[in-house]
Amino acid sequence: MNTITVQVSRGSEKHSEFQTFEVPEQENQTVLDLVTYIQEYIDPTLSYRFACRVGMCGSCGMMVNGEPRWTCRTHVKKVLGSSKTIEVGPLKNLPVIKDLVVDMDTFFDKWIAVGGVHHPSKNRHQSIEKISELSAERMSANEAVECINCGVCYASCDVVSANSDYFGPAALNRAWSLVNDVKTKNKDSILEAVSGNAGCHNCHSQQNCSNYCPNELNPSASIASLKRTVFASKINNLFGNSK
Amino acid sequence: MISAKLFILQRLTALIMAPLVLGHLALMIYAVQGGLSASEILGRTQGSVFWAIFYALFVFAVAIHAAIGVRTVLFEWLKIRGSVLELLSWSLGLALLVMGLYSVYAVTA
Ligand code: SF4
Ligand code: SF4
Ligand code: FES
Repeated sequence: MNTITVQVSRGSEKHSEFQTFEVPEQENQTVLDLVTYIQEYIDPTLSYRFACRVGMCGSCGMMVNGEPRWTCRTHVKKVLGSSKTIEVGPLKNLPVIKDLVVDMDTFFDKWIAVGGVHHPSKNRHQSIEKISELSAERMSANEAVECINCGVCYASCDVVSANSDYFGPAALNRAWSLVNDVKTKNKDSILEAVSGNAGCHNCHSQQNCSNYCPNELNPSASIASLKRTVFASKINNLFGNSK
Repeated sequence: MISAKLFILQRLTALIMAPLVLGHLALMIYAVQGGLSASEILGRTQGSVFWAIFYALFVFAVAIHAAIGVRTVLFEWLKIRGSVLELLSWSLGLALLVMGLYSVYAVTA
């Protein structure tokens, strides 16, 4: 039987090293299948995270041969070079808890920091806002709402690597969808939140995020739109308290 | 590490510089046609309010634009933070401003 050599990062934030496993090759196999095989048949102490296995939940993000990917939908054939070796590690830019499991707290804290929670414009006694799917705002938000919070874009962003405070692509993408949501009250508070030192203006627009997003979203474009919107709203009070 | 305020300042100074760079390039091409000499340049610039304003504006835009750009490089690449970051980047801006305005004064006054 042919095997694939899988090098898996073991350890914690303080210390980790790659451990090598041989996994039987199958006709159809995802990177998550490799990791699962190791955990089930070779070393039950291996820690990793997954839930849906069909690209819905966003919990299986890992670095595969140095690139961030959703492992449940990454076929081995797609990433296996002629060396028949695959390297699997925890997502970049997030603290490692153990082996392939990262602490997503900072990632989600930033969603809240950008104003990413719902700001209702109506109370429960009022009828819900009707949204025309053809309205310009809804069209701009269309892509942005399909995010599965996998953190792949966040792991791919060089600006997050250089500046751990930066909100990053996913949270800012979320902010852009809320700015375009007619149900959002007080959009200015979101624009204010994305205008600070950790905000959208740090983005270099090099589009790693859009390249790697497994759902083919375009956080980079959302961020560019945020910049334009903030620019327009701030230009009048250029030297105001926008810091 | 860059807020909306600095971002907008950098974009506005870029907006100012774009036509000035074109003007500057066009002038250089025009100026070298009959050979290049100090007296020829000074003959054109000395006492000219237009060129004084043109290049003073250029210097202001460059100083602000460059300081903000270098500030990002210092922050992201050299991991310089806090007041050292502000001091270094704004000193650079100030130095460019002083040297630039001094040259403008030297050739136009
Ligand atoms: S485009 Fe912006 S958010 Fe996306 S990876 Fe690059 S710097 Fe990060
Ligand atoms: S934008 Fe894409 S890559 Fe980023 S968290 Fe959402 S689905 Fe994942
Ligand atoms: S396991 Fe749910 S997206 Fe991969």
